[in-house]
Amino acid sequence: MYIDRDQALRAQIAPMPFEVERGRLRFFARTIGLSDPVYFDVDAARRAGHRDLLVPPTFLSNSLELELPNPLGWLAALGGDLSKTTHAEQSFSYHAMAYANDSLVLRRRIVDVYTKKGGALEFVVKQTDVMRGDERLAEILFTIALRHPEVTA
Amino acid sequence: MTVAHLHLGMELPPLHIEPISRTTLALFAGASGDHQPTHIDIDAAKAKGRADVIAHGMLMMAYLGRMLTDLVPQEKIRSYKARFIAMTPVHAQPTCNGRVLAIADGLATIELAITLADGTTVLRGEAVVDIR
Repeated sequence: MYIDRDQALRAQIAPMPFEVERGRLRFFARTIGLSDPVYFDVDAARRAGHRDLLVPPTFLSNSLELELPNPLGWLAALGGDLSKTTHAEQSFSYHAMAYANDSLVLRRRIVDVYTKKGGALEFVVKQTDVMRGDERLAEILFTIALRHPEVTA
Repeated sequence: MTVAHLHLGMELPPLHIEPISRTTLALFAGASGDHQPTHIDIDAAKAKGRADVIAHGMLMMAYLGRMLTDLVPQEKIRSYKARFIAMTPVHAQPTCNGRVLAIADGLATIELAITLADGTTVLRGEAVVDIR
């Protein structure tokens, strides 16, 4: 079964509020091996012209949404088989920096559904707008692939 | 920091990452929010028919992002995208590579890739950075 594209584009996905915590950013930065003090030390970040610790470029990804209960429920609700998914692509467009202590809202919607390889692979693209009040800091595209092994291309 | 040092065709200094450990995967699960067992639980991986756990695609993308923030101040990064083309097994040894593909209107487009020690390319990407 394939996802109905028109239904997917109309689907409502609840926005996700997200409070950016300094400790969480330091944990992330340390785990991926960042060494610049602007990611760890508030004074160093301020000396570099920032108002708080920087949110690293890939921190605000779909991974955060996976902490929600039933995180891929939006995909299941459209009939997607969650046992046959792969993260296919990810993209970030940045307009302004996000910082520790920001109160963000991640606004989410599906912006595309398409198939490849004669229908053996189906792709769903979800866009997240990272909002701080009325200001859009970034747009994030998350592309998930659903395998249709019953189809042999 | 100046970013005027980028020029067309320039290869970025490769970033060699230590072999991916189970500890790193466990920490990245907590730090990123992606707790899916396929990355941290060998029993769950085997139940899916895999020999072992695999790294998060977003961990790979974070390493490449680190290469970018080593190169330019983060606020200079305009966009960054990646395609995940193969799985990265635990213990794999990734190397991040980049090359300046185009320079126009004060923006440099950088072609990015991560290749494992066995030659498998697991990720291809592209970033646009402001060099003004």
